[in-house]
Amino acid sequence: MDKVFKALADPGRRLLLDRLYADNGQTLGQLCEHLEMTRQAVTKHLKLLEEASLVVTIWRGREKLHYLNPVPIHEIAERWIGKFERARLRVLAELKTQLEGEADG
Amino acid sequence: MASSRFVYVTYIRTTPEKLWQALIDPEFTRRYWCGTRHESEWKPGASWRIMIPDGRVADSGEVLEIEPNRRLVLRWRNEFKPELHAEGYSRLTYELEKQAESVKLTIIHEIDKPDSKLIEAVSGGWPLILASLKSLLETGEPLEETRHWPKGK
Repeated sequence: MDKVFKALADPGRRLLLDRLYADNGQTLGQLCEHLEMTRQAVTKHLKLLEEASLVVTIWRGREKLHYLNPVPIHEIAERWIGKFERARLRVLAELKTQLEGEADG
Repeated sequence: MASSRFVYVTYIRTTPEKLWQALIDPEFTRRYWCGTRHESEWKPGASWRIMIPDGRVADSGEVLEIEPNRRLVLRWRNEFKPELHAEGYSRLTYELEKQAESVKLTIIHEIDKPDSKLIEAVSGGWPLILASLKSLLETGEPLEETRHWPKGK
């Protein structure tokens, strides 16, 4: 779980997760497009994200594809979110999104 | 992209044998998968289906590959939501890899069409099912939310 928090504690890595959330299953080259990070930096970030199991990769032909793995985040949520709080939290999250737009905090 | 796919990974403190049993034994599946029973003879070419407690079939298909305690590949079609059923067959792969003190479970669900509604729908359900499966194997108790089929669905 330490690895997950460490991996999430960087805006560049969160941006990579956002990119995969928007379009899952990208190659390194696709992820590097439109990003103001060097290919080396993206590679390094992806390695940390993979070690935390937040990103998983599979080979399809000659392409290595990157996928967002939400399971560790779900496990963290399960640990601290009680079973009856889920619906109320969802309403609050929707309200916040509506009022603030979708800006990253 | 020409296809839709997601890949989920979780690490469970158990053995490949116990995890395998949990994936194919209806007495296990009903505990962490919303009361559903997964039925099949579990051999290549055999049909399989997921039964909802009220008697409806949730999903069905056939066993494409089976290697006990290692790998299971299923042809998978939704049977209870017309718009998802219309998309036809998808493919689900379970891979189990023994680690030092746990088993790495990889789930790949894919279909040969872009922007699949089926893949979108199942991708939302899997994290909860996997969390409950993990909880059941590690603590003996599944998560509360996955004990019963959701009302009205």
